[in-house]
Amino acid sequence: MSYGNQFTAHTQLRLSPFFERTSKLNESQEWRRWGGYLSATKYDLVHDNEYFAIRTKAALLDITPLQKYILEGPEAQHCLDRLVTRNIGICKVGQVMYTPWCDEAGKQIDDGTVQRLGDQKFRITSAEPNLEWILQNASGMDVNVVDDSETTAALALQGPNSRAILNTIDSDSLDSLKFFWMMEARLNDIPVAISRTGYTGDLGYEIWMDPKDALAVWDLLMEKGKPYGITPTGLHALDMVRIEAGLILLDVDYVSARHAIIESRKSSPYELGLGWTVKMKKKDFIGKKALELEQARGPEWEFVGIEIEWNELEDHFRKVGLPPGLPSLAWRISTPIYKNNEQVGYATSGTWSPILKRYIALAHVKSEYAGLGTQLDFELKVEHFRKLTPIKVVESPFFNPERKRSCPL
Amino acid sequence: MSAIKSYDAIVIGGGHNGLTTAAYLARAGKKVLVLERRYVLGGAAVTEEVFPGFKFSVCSYVVSLLKPTIIRELMLPKFGLELLPLESTFTPLDHDYLLRTSDHDQTRREIYRHSPKDAEAYDRFGPLMGQIGMAVRPILETIAPNVIRPSLSDLSATKRLFDHFKALNDEQFEYLTKLMTMSSADFLDEWFEFEPLKATMSASGIIGTFMGPRSPGSAYIMLHHYVGDIDGAFRAWGFQRGGTGAVSMAIARSAKHFGAEIITEAPVEKVIVENGRAVGVALVNGDEYKAEKVISGLDPKLSFLKMVDESDLPSDFVTDIKNFRIRGSSGKVNLALDRLPNFTSLPGDGPHLRGAISISPSYDHLEKAYDDAKYGNFSQEPYIDIILPSVLDPEMAPPGKHIMSCFVQYAPYDIKGGWDDQKREAFGDAVVNTIARFAPNIKDIILHRQVLTPADLESTFGLTEGNIFHGELTLQQLFVMRPAVKWANYKTPITNYYQCGSGTHPGGGITGSPGEMAAKKILRDW
Repeated sequence: MSYGNQFTAHTQLRLSPFFERTSKLNESQEWRRWGGYLSATKYDLVHDNEYFAIRTKAALLDITPLQKYILEGPEAQHCLDRLVTRNIGICKVGQVMYTPWCDEAGKQIDDGTVQRLGDQKFRITSAEPNLEWILQNASGMDVNVVDDSETTAALALQGPNSRAILNTIDSDSLDSLKFFWMMEARLNDIPVAISRTGYTGDLGYEIWMDPKDALAVWDLLMEKGKPYGITPTGLHALDMVRIEAGLILLDVDYVSARHAIIESRKSSPYELGLGWTVKMKKKDFIGKKALELEQARGPEWEFVGIEIEWNELEDHFRKVGLPPGLPSLAWRISTPIYKNNEQVGYATSGTWSPILKRYIALAHVKSEYAGLGTQLDFELKVEHFRKLTPIKVVESPFFNPERKRSCPL
Repeated sequence: MSAIKSYDAIVIGGGHNGLTTAAYLARAGKKVLVLERRYVLGGAAVTEEVFPGFKFSVCSYVVSLLKPTIIRELMLPKFGLELLPLESTFTPLDHDYLLRTSDHDQTRREIYRHSPKDAEAYDRFGPLMGQIGMAVRPILETIAPNVIRPSLSDLSATKRLFDHFKALNDEQFEYLTKLMTMSSADFLDEWFEFEPLKATMSASGIIGTFMGPRSPGSAYIMLHHYVGDIDGAFRAWGFQRGGTGAVSMAIARSAKHFGAEIITEAPVEKVIVENGRAVGVALVNGDEYKAEKVISGLDPKLSFLKMVDESDLPSDFVTDIKNFRIRGSSGKVNLALDRLPNFTSLPGDGPHLRGAISISPSYDHLEKAYDDAKYGNFSQEPYIDIILPSVLDPEMAPPGKHIMSCFVQYAPYDIKGGWDDQKREAFGDAVVNTIARFAPNIKDIILHRQVLTPADLESTFGLTEGNIFHGELTLQQLFVMRPAVKWANYKTPITNYYQCGSGTHPGGGITGSPGEMAAKKILRDW
């Protein structure tokens, strides 16, 4: 239904090139800040439909606020290899790699994706600005670093129908595009790059384009996507699905080593469940020595998925005459975790998963309590009173459908 | 013939309750066989591609209150359960509309537009009904005791319920009593003044029942719908992705995961009874299977008047079953649409098409529709509960096309002169004409039409008299009385013959509850 709103923002914040459309579609007029941009919290008055669009139809998200940098030159690969923990040497043209990067002490600064656009050309995305850090580490190398944050606009098209929608537009089928690969494409003659990536843990794509083409691409996707249930989607829904997918968020699940004011706030990739991204066979990278030591002695903390046990949760609420209190949104308030009344960890974000029908969270726990199936206690507020309720360490990602990786061709 | 195969338990009927029972028994380590008459599982909770590319929840169309315990214990999300929210209730009127959405402020402003008084009453009504729902839920979750000859566990269950009801406060007690006895119209009149609001709310009190909104007893059925709302974010109700058949398939996959065997196109002719004990089943094709327990997911009429011989049952029980009211009152019209309907009062696409669309402009509309049925006709202007599943789940129809599910009341089973092709089409026309009053483009966009009368529901789905709930949800047919006194605990007068369908406590709808509690009772008796 159109309420015919004519929203114009009077703001010092940046407006995305899609704002012309998103502002008029946003019935709730609820916005969050993301990387200095106004970013839709949700479009409907309630976020439910957007959440289910990601999991059962197709969701369209404006992800322009991501920080983006282009590294180009003979030593671009070498520069990135030194910067991040993963092995960029084996990243082929057209491939994308998810990776964290650390300081010399092996503490994580940020995480993002590296796209290999050409033999000597890469794009790296990040949650926070990293230009200074990249420039500092590119010093003396034959590589040109350009802040691409405002010169490339981006949309995420996520959900089981996302491939079908793009296939109706692009002349080249996406059927053979593999998970974490990308391709050049033309959407009605508009040149874009499409990567099979996303922050939802579902089948999905991210579309990278010149900001001048932003509105045309938006309109095209919305038109072609309509029969497939395309739904403009905001950050409330995204926050729920990224927890289901077990994906971490900077400043929520961890603090950047460059911004932590005390040492204990910093985390290594091993402490964030990203040990698999640390490639020790690689010649050298920032933080390698410290990480080698940590790997040898084992991390002090681990980052795990937990599930809040249902029966006891229900009992807590039944005792005060209420049905089980479940959060309707993802939360991001640090919540203590105990073992035998001693605090051994804390959950940093959690959500009720409507698709899994499980109450799940991501948590930092001391390594000795990180084993799958470990029983712990979780602080729960029931009608203003603090209670302990049992949880267990479970496998994460909580939601990991086959379609995320599968290729029809 | 080869040696007769033998099982711990055989479930007759692969409806969602039968499958639930089978899954629970298999989960407890029993060797279970499910025998389904049709080619497809699900009973009335079934999805079929009726027209090429157009899939329909042919019969039952929403998940009312799938019990959270079952969802967890049978791990249904892992096996395909995906409940999508039905976000709104839209009541189109001739020159206006009423739209209630899941946003509190929007709904309050909308009701305020029609009645400032109702807007405030509405805010108090929901929580109160939720509380009453909480109060009755323990009944729904208790295996109905044998009140004539209670066992020890019956006594302790009864005591728990008494204690529970003693703990209710005055207000809860007052409204519970009113809900048990009043008509939904009278009850709602105490609260609200805007007629389309009242009529739409009262409609949930007549669904599946041969009563009008002014019939006493209808208020209680309305309460059933609020029980589903209690769980809030858990959301045990909504639209299943892929249609209601996908719920049945999720339960079937769970049952198979636990080791149950399921055979389709295997109609059962008779339960084999020897010396007052069920010992197996005989199929229509002559095959026989032995089992320690035989469980019927069919309705009480079929379970006791067809599957076994009357001579195997006590005559007073047979009389009770014959008197069990199972009058079909509703039909279903499934439409394949070229595009979305356009409602005159609220044109275009929008959230109002993502929920229920209720053709219930006034009490009189509903009551007149009932009047037609009372005298043996289908309603000329029926009450219709519409949903557009393809808006929620585009895969139900080809891209850009849509399907419309119309639950229609009233269509009496005992129509004058009996149902025939001509009456079926006339009934379909009445439905389309009624919708056209509010969305005139409907006639131009229908590509295909499937009309199901109560007679069709009986012949296709095995629902006696076409009753969607295996028996009306009226007070005298609930709890310890469903389907008959002494036999509301899933047992039957025949040893080792059990029942697990919607005709048992707590009744119809896609809840899985009868199936689950039957299984738990059977396991307790084993």
